[in-house]
Amino acid sequence: MTEGSSLETAERGGLRRVVIDPVTRVEGHGKVTILVDEANRIHQVRLHIVEFRGFERFVEGRPYTELPVLVQRLCGICPVSHHVAAGKAVDILGGAGPLPPETEAIRRLMHIGQILQSHATHFFHLASPDLLFGMDAAAQERDFFHVMDRRREVARDGIALRRFGQAVIAAVSGKRIHGTCAIPGGVNRGIAAQERQCLLAAIPEMLERAQEGIEVFRTCYAADLQRNRAFGTVPGNVLSLVQGDGTLEFYDGVLRARAPDGAMVFDGQPAAAYRQRITEAVKPWSYMKFPFLHELGQEQGWYRVGPLARLVNCERLGTPLADAQRCAFLEQEGRFVQSLLATHWARLIEVLHATELIGDLLDDEAIEQPRQAEMGPWRQDAVSIVEAPRGTLIHQYGMNSDGLINAANLIVSTTNNNQAMNEAIRRVAQDELDGHVLTEPLLNHVETAIRAYDPCLSCATHALGQMPLIITLQDGAGHTLDAIMRDHDGQIVHA
Amino acid sequence: MRFVIDGMTIEAQAGDTILTACRRAGYYIPHLCFHGDLPAQGNCRLCLVESKGRLLPSCLTKVTDGMEVASATEQLHTLRLRLTQMLFVEGNHICPSCEASGNCMLQALGYRLGLLDNHYPQFFPRRPLDASHPQMILDFNRCIQCQLCVRASDQLDQKHAFVVAGRGGEAHITASSSNGQLGSTSFAATDHAAGICPVGVFLGKGVGYVTPIGERRYDRADIAQAGDRNA
Repeated sequence: MTEGSSLETAERGGLRRVVIDPVTRVEGHGKVTILVDEANRIHQVRLHIVEFRGFERFVEGRPYTELPVLVQRLCGICPVSHHVAAGKAVDILGGAGPLPPETEAIRRLMHIGQILQSHATHFFHLASPDLLFGMDAAAQERDFFHVMDRRREVARDGIALRRFGQAVIAAVSGKRIHGTCAIPGGVNRGIAAQERQCLLAAIPEMLERAQEGIEVFRTCYAADLQRNRAFGTVPGNVLSLVQGDGTLEFYDGVLRARAPDGAMVFDGQPAAAYRQRITEAVKPWSYMKFPFLHELGQEQGWYRVGPLARLVNCERLGTPLADAQRCAFLEQEGRFVQSLLATHWARLIEVLHATELIGDLLDDEAIEQPRQAEMGPWRQDAVSIVEAPRGTLIHQYGMNSDGLINAANLIVSTTNNNQAMNEAIRRVAQDELDGHVLTEPLLNHVETAIRAYDPCLSCATHALGQMPLIITLQDGAGHTLDAIMRDHDGQIVHA
Repeated sequence: MRFVIDGMTIEAQAGDTILTACRRAGYYIPHLCFHGDLPAQGNCRLCLVESKGRLLPSCLTKVTDGMEVASATEQLHTLRLRLTQMLFVEGNHICPSCEASGNCMLQALGYRLGLLDNHYPQFFPRRPLDASHPQMILDFNRCIQCQLCVRASDQLDQKHAFVVAGRGGEAHITASSSNGQLGSTSFAATDHAAGICPVGVFLGKGVGYVTPIGERRYDRADIAQAGDRNA
């Protein structure tokens, strides 16, 4: 489908292997391998997500009521997505009728709180150094501590937004990370009146900070517009949830997929239809599957999910400030914009949208005393889909007549973006690395492309600033020719 | 009748054990297998105290007038910590996803004793769930073999729904039926045995995590102040 695809596999003979391991300032653990010849021509680029989950087996044999609390341990950054997705699934398994509106609002509040805190973490803490200081800046300057030092107001925006999102999550679930909320047919608490008022009072400040964030990005993006538009950009299909009328939807909705030119591939598909619409391919060099849109086939059917996919796929966001920003964004970049770095722009618009949504949800005092749904007979199979910060997240479970889980399939956002991320780093390698002596700043361009996807590489969280980076040069036989290492203090040394 | 424990004088009644007298006086001695409605059995050994150089289970040792007892000593603290660590490693206690987390006496005792690691290698035993009963699931991964459910079913419910099977290290609690399944016994979810477990073996079917974080028994106070979950 793309030029980049030709870089997926190359003959190994006589090529050097360059490894970026681990990829830094992303949430989790991954590595990139690049094969180059003696003239530094790129022959192969692959992103490997070095994640072992095992949760699909862990949950087998467990009571279905445990799912929301058990599967949220997949991640320390986006546990709420898994909690909420599993919560919807246990509603189905437990035979719950429709949730009362205030009960669904509480779950949405928790979910949107996470969208806000995760997006803020990703842009401000992890990705902004590349944009504020340049991808080629010295490695020891490309971190959040230098953002705090040199762009204090930007850092404060990020910290405040993240903290607010976490406060929303804690108000709903009792903890900022790995709390409890969703139970079959409802939630286990209402929002205390004092907490509700306290969070509401912070909304105006958060709206201001969210809009400042968009301006910061827009300024950085405009500084080298043509290059930023082209950076790592490979046109692809998009997939996301929308409401029946095409409004963006994070918690529930129908599946919609579009081709790169905006043509509808399918629309209005319920969650259970994912099995007919999405097929998972396996490649021998990766532990992670490569999903594709079934009707387009494996070559043409890969797609991207996440903030940019959501913004171009929907017709509107449904909140005034964010919708105005979306319109301005699409007017400048095009209705079906594909630019990789514009993903951050979309992410920041979603930060604004999430803040507005949180304000709307908190404004209803009914969330102080939620009711439970009516419960009916158990069901044996459940599919639930939510939009996690990084994109579409699919949970599917089977249950036996004793109430124990006997099957599980989780397609996380990163898996949905697997091919898209591989395409992006191949484009970057082709455009920016090919023929050049590979240096650490140049390899950071590859990492910058991965960071744009906000990939949920994490099965575990990593402390900021403590992730070492090792780059090794090996010959075709696997012998190490050279290696440089960034240690825990950010110092670059020859290993 | 009076006795002294850790320098404090406590009144006791005739027939009192050290533990029952201390509980009445509000003085905490760690324990897991004791329940006020049932005769003590001395299974968990966490209530060991020292008197005249001997270690004695306080749940089984009768008070004698004027006896001097030590409970809050460094030696006994270490002993209780090691016993608690043994209980953790011989089962599969996954606190982060356990419904009993925050309401579990074993977990609460671990916090009180400053348990920061397992100390001993994990056994990782294979203990399948018993989900044969229409209202209740038994997760024996969390069982500490206190036998409270066995005693409660025998003596309070008169149903004999549980039994200790196996010998030595293979000893385990199981449903007392021909196929070993709870669903084949006369056990009911309203039985005393269903609510007496100090950990998280007994799980109601279709319900879970109904108590929010922050409102669970041991969220705000440690076990000495908050008392037993099965009291």
